[in-house]
Order: sequence, then C-alpha cells, then structure tokens
Amino acid sequence: MAKTYKAGVKEYRATYWEPNYTPKDTDLLACFKVTPQPGIDREEVAAAVAAESSTGTWTTVWTDLLTDLDYYKGRAYRIEDVPGSDTEFYAFIAYPIDLFEPGSVVNVFTSLVGNVFGFKALRAIRLEDIRFPVAYLTTCDGPPHGIQVERDIMNKYGRPMLGCTIKPKLGLSGKNYGRAVYEALRGGLDFTKDDENVNSQPFMHWKQRFDFCQEAIEKSERETGERKGHYLNVTAPTSDEMLRRAEYAKELNTPIIMIDYITMGFGATTALSKWCKQNGILLHVHRAMHGVIDRNPHHGIHFRVLSKIMRLMGGDHLHSGTVVGKLEGDRTATLGWIDIMREEYVKEDRSRGIMFDQDFAYMAGMIPVASGGIHVWHMPALVSIFGDDSVLQFGGGTLGHPWGNAAGACANRVALEACVKARNEGIELEKEGGNVLREAAKHSPELAIALETWKEIRFEFDTVDKLDVAHK
Amino acid sequence: MSQVQDYKSRLSDPASRKFETFSYLPAMTDAEIRKQVEYIVSKGWNPAVEHTEPEHAMANYWYMWKLPMFGETDVDTILAEAKACHEANPGNHVRLIGYDNFKQSQGASMVIYRGNTK
Repeated sequence: MAKTYKAGVKEYRATYWEPNYTPKDTDLLACFKVTPQPGIDREEVAAAVAAESSTGTWTTVWTDLLTDLDYYKGRAYRIEDVPGSDTEFYAFIAYPIDLFEPGSVVNVFTSLVGNVFGFKALRAIRLEDIRFPVAYLTTCDGPPHGIQVERDIMNKYGRPMLGCTIKPKLGLSGKNYGRAVYEALRGGLDFTKDDENVNSQPFMHWKQRFDFCQEAIEKSERETGERKGHYLNVTAPTSDEMLRRAEYAKELNTPIIMIDYITMGFGATTALSKWCKQNGILLHVHRAMHGVIDRNPHHGIHFRVLSKIMRLMGGDHLHSGTVVGKLEGDRTATLGWIDIMREEYVKEDRSRGIMFDQDFAYMAGMIPVASGGIHVWHMPALVSIFGDDSVLQFGGGTLGHPWGNAAGACANRVALEACVKARNEGIELEKEGGNVLREAAKHSPELAIALETWKEIRFEFDTVDKLDVAHK
Repeated sequence: MSQVQDYKSRLSDPASRKFETFSYLPAMTDAEIRKQVEYIVSKGWNPAVEHTEPEHAMANYWYMWKLPMFGETDVDTILAEAKACHEANPGNHVRLIGYDNFKQSQGASMVIYRGNTK
C-alpha cells in the first residue's frame, strides 16, 4: 500500500534503527565508534548516523515518496559496548550496494565519513572498520601488480626486501641526491625512496632527480648484478602534472614510482594506479597525513580502514608502521592491518580490532612497508613480525653508518640475510636475534660497526591509539 | 670511532657481483645447506635446482637441472641432485628453489654452490 505524506520531524529510530535486520552478502557494512552528546539514547544516535550517512535528512520531504526509501536507506542493525569505555558504543550499519558508484572509493567515503562526522548530536565518531561486499570490491581494480608479480619483476625471493629513504629529506641537489641513492643501492639495498615531501622544490626539480636516480639504479645494477629500484615520487600540485612525471619515469624505464595518497587525493591516486597497471610500473604508496585522521582513538578513521581502501584503489606498497621504530603503531593492531593489506581472506578478530570478515576474492595484495626510526638491532623483530612479504626501510639506519651509505646498506643486508637464514633453520628470532646478529658481524665489519653505533637507541613510548580493551 | 673504510665493489671486478638471497653471507657449509633444504620441505614447497654461468646470472631464466622435484620430501635425494648439478657444471652458480605453487611464486631461492667469479 502506498504511503501518505506527512510533513514534520520524525525520530531517526523510527526509520533507521532495525535491530532485527540480517545484513545481506551484498551490503556494505560499517562499524562506527560513537560518543553521543549526553542525554541522547544510543538507538537514536545510531539511527541518526545511519540516516546522515545514507538517505536521510533532518526532516521529512515529499520527494521521499517518489522512491523506495526502505530499499535505499542505511540501517543501524546492532549496538555494542566498547570494551574499556563508558562514554562510547559501537554502531553497526548496513548500506545497500546501490548507494555507491561502482569502483569509487571516493564516493563510498563521501557518504560514510561525510556530513555525519560534523553532526551535532555526536561529540565524536570514528570509523573503525568497513566490510566491502565482494560484489563491490570487484568493481575496483586493486593493486596494479601485487606481491608475486613484484617479486618476479625485481627478482627477490625468500626474504623481505630492503629499502632506505634518502636524507636529508629536503635540500639536496639532484646530483648529490643521486649519489646518496647510488651508494645505498651498491651496498646491497633493493630500493631507495624519495621522502614523501620531495616533489619538485626550487633546490631540486623533479626531472633532474629522476635522471640522476635512474643513472644510480643502472650503475648499481651492473655493479652488483642485482635488480634495483628507486621510488620516484610523482606527487604533484595537479593530476595532470603527476601523470606527466609518471610518463617521464616510464621513458627512463624505471621500475617503480610513488605517490602520497592522502595529500594527492583518492581520485588522483586511483588514476595513477590504473596508469601503473597499464604501463607495468610498480606503485609505492606513502601515507603522509594519516596521523591527522587515524591517531585520535575517539574521532576519525582507523588506519585499518585507510589500508583497506588503499588496497581497493590499488597500491603495490603501503607504509604500515614498524611496531618497533619511532612512529606510533600498536603491535596487534598493526598485525591486523598487515593482514588487510596482504591476505585473501581476513576473519573478524576483535583482539586485532577487526570487526568483520573480509573476502578480497581475486584482488592482489599490497606489500607492507616498515619505515621510520629502525636500525639493525630491530632486524630480528622486524623479520619475525612482518615475514618475507614486506619491505623494511632503514633511512637513518643506512645513511647514518659511520662509513657511509654503502657500508650502512651492506650492514642491513647482512643482518637481514642472517636473520632469514636463522629463521629458516628454526631459530626463534625474537629470543635469539642478538646472537644471530653478533655472529653475522664476525664476517662483516660493516655490520659490526653498525651494531656498535646504534646499540643504545630505543623508542619506548606508550601508544596513543590503543585497541579497545576492558580495563576494569 | 674506528677509521672509515672503503667499500670494495667495482664494475671491473666480477667478484663484486651478488646473486640475491644469502649472497651477502659466507658460502654455506653442507650442514647449513641441509637445513635450508629441510626448511623448503617443511613448507611443502617443490624443490628445484637451476644453474648458470656467473656472467649471465641477471637473466630471469637459468638452466633448469632436469625438472623441479615435485612432491619430493627426501632431503638426501634433493641434496644429491644439487650436488650432481654442481659436479656437472663446476664453474656455474647453482641455486636451490622452493616453488610455492599456491602463491605461484618462489618461497625460497638461494645460490648454494657459488660459481667461479675470479
């Protein structure tokens, strides 16, 4: 029977709170952590979130009746306590797949984390996790190459890859910068990397950087007999300029380029990912600015969500944090989003903060990149935490070696190989790692001096963004 | 602080060429090679042996020694094949591969007999 129009304001719960709803396989599911304003009940707030992130507005409008809103609306279908918090709750919301443009993370995010994040009835709201239905996921291209293809292109098997961000991050000329790249690559690294904010500044325009870095790659390959790459950052003020730089990188026949996906934007990132797939160039993705969005435990978007959407938009590498280095990252939470980057199927696991099962179907995986304040003493823990399908990046931990970049790179490579060999032999790295390194240093003076140099450096601060666990 | 040391690596010196995983460590002893074979077997990977002249080591395709040993789990059999390849091609690099057919990749790949780069 047709509905009749009645102007006025209804409670959100009347339309958008459906505790008996069973989500469909094709629904997009989201879990928000919500801090309501005092005095507003949970069902009403959860329903408001569902409404404001889907079809609803604050008052009834007559045009609602021209469509089937019962089909198109988002539904709040479950509410849960947040372990360890009296002021927050989890709201689970199901959205029908038709609400979103196929293949558009941009569109999904404009809905899910759009106006609702400024909604006055909420003190704070955080998107904790999303379940993309396979039907939607397969409209996105995903990583341009994926882990296995990258291994074949770079000829790296049975171990993590090694990288290094060139420092100082700003101020070097193109030629001096290329020198730093060459030294690190000839010493045994697989990759070097532009820093996220190295674009095309007055002291070093992008073209000279690309030219000199490519020469460094080619000479170090001939010298070591191994394949090398440098992540040429094509992040630019406009998408047109970004693609112009990518085209030039392709002319140079370089194996990998790079983007800052949050500052460059999701649309430009998706465009570059498709370009990389077309042109056979690997894509490294840096997450600069993520801390603004994901670090506050009460408000924003959790990094596991930012990882998941990056996999859909399509990167071959994504920075993941290190657990042990200078940057924020709880260990179990990090293990959770590493799974989201690499695995074919990730099961709900509240102990890692994962709220939904996620099937990635045939979508390729991304390689997590551990970077930021790590050095040789961290190597056993890093190999143990990240496993083979990872890139371990030592910036200061390569360039700060007393004998220079080549020796620093060599020290890291020896340490890495010693740890992998020991792991294969059944040695427990997190217990015996120190001995493994000291033993390896007996035949590597580069490693011996590195172990001496960084003996005392630790970054032991408490994590700000902790997983939600009961504390009483 | 010790004296700064030169990093000895030269285009003109074939001994500067590396050959990927474990090439920055000393050559493995027989006992160490055995442990790596045991690791490949324990992972359920298919062992394979390949070899090449050291000057062509950058090529994707080395010479296969027979066929990959699908389903072979006997460590002595695998070691014997690697040794036979080495003895038939004494100047060549000989590498041991563990094919991971589920990931469609190589779970392990390492040179276990080093060729002549002098």
